[in-house]
Amino acid sequence: MQESDGKRMQWVSHMVRIRDDRDQAAFAALFAHFAPRVKGFLMKSGADASLAEECAQEVMATCWHKAHMFDPARASVATWIFTIARNRKIDVLRKQRRPEPEDLAWGPEEEPDQADVMAMQQESEQLGQAIAELPEAQRELIQKAYFGDLSHSEIAAQTGLPLGTIKSRIRLALERLRHAMK
Amino acid sequence: MEQKITHHLTDEILMGYAAGTLPEAFNLMVATHVSLCDECRARVESYDAVGGAVLEEAPDHDMALAPGSFAATMALIAGGAPEEICTQHPQDAVLPQPLQDYAGGGIDSIKWRAVGMGVKQAILPTSKDASARLLYIPAGAAMPDHGHHGIEMTMVLQGAFQDDDDYFARGDVEVADSDLHHTPVADIHEDCICLAVTDAPLRFQGLLPKIAQRFARI
Ligand SMILES: [Zn+2]
Repeated sequence: MQESDGKRMQWVSHMVRIRDDRDQAAFAALFAHFAPRVKGFLMKSGADASLAEECAQEVMATCWHKAHMFDPARASVATWIFTIARNRKIDVLRKQRRPEPEDLAWGPEEEPDQADVMAMQQESEQLGQAIAELPEAQRELIQKAYFGDLSHSEIAAQTGLPLGTIKSRIRLALERLRHAMK
Repeated sequence: MEQKITHHLTDEILMGYAAGTLPEAFNLMVATHVSLCDECRARVESYDAVGGAVLEEAPDHDMALAPGSFAATMALIAGGAPEEICTQHPQDAVLPQPLQDYAGGGIDSIKWRAVGMGVKQAILPTSKDASARLLYIPAGAAMPDHGHHGIEMTMVLQGAFQDDDDYFARGDVEVADSDLHHTPVADIHEDCICLAVTDAPLRFQGLLPKIAQRFARI
């Protein structure tokens, strides 16, 4: 196992400790790593420093309160936190509701298989590496698409984003959930 | 699950949904389609993963936090989770949950307004940068020509429609830009209900003279 895979699995175990034990030390580590990133994300999206600070704190508090909703067979911790921060951005900066798809229930009684979790975390790592290896111009466009306010019509179809494998992995996780719901 | 969906959303739209840069009406289209389509749900979540990777690797991620930031967050947590206004609607055969949120209930609670030739519509409350509406097209009738200028997406919720060689059933989305000239016609077997969103200015009152009712050649 690569060291960086270990890092993503470590965040997963932090989330489990927050969920099961309300572990403040685990939360402090998560906070130290992600809160500055979330603040930076919100500032690039147009928030001033004090609004971004306030929202970053709210996003991190949401991570605590919703720890039971995190499904490590479907996403990395960074991805999950990104979605919370993005929703906060839409709510606070764009002052809009964000329609969400119907839920696929996930609860502690359906603890995901450890092999699936490992595989998902590895896919996330590989996606991160693949993005890091993209040509500079393309990588910047992706960063702007997510971190700036590039409108959807300014985002040309993203060729070269290697999403095939992570998509199949997520698809598998969704099929398991559908199966479990029957 | 539902029957096989063959017409999906574009990568551009799904990525915009993940990035959080779409108009609200488009977000509603994505949330509605994804409620019925696991293929696009997986694609959206892949684009979420791109967002996660960008967040993780952001070059200047060392944004300084305010002093006492962590303590303030712990105090927030101690204050308890904010109450969520999360209304779970009863399952509806036509409207998935996100649409029920905007329509204020199931298909029977829609207040339709006639726009002529048997076609009815209900405009949904979204932000002004784009618009969303439900359309009710009698079986066999032509869909109104919106003369669109911009992106327009139409998703079938009940019944089906035919557009040239393409057949769209429940869950299928037709994505059209201003270049495409289309004349969808509702299937004769059942009245057709669609969700239509567009980022062109809303101009629907008084478009009726343009509608020529046609009957499907099925
Ligand atoms: Zn789809």
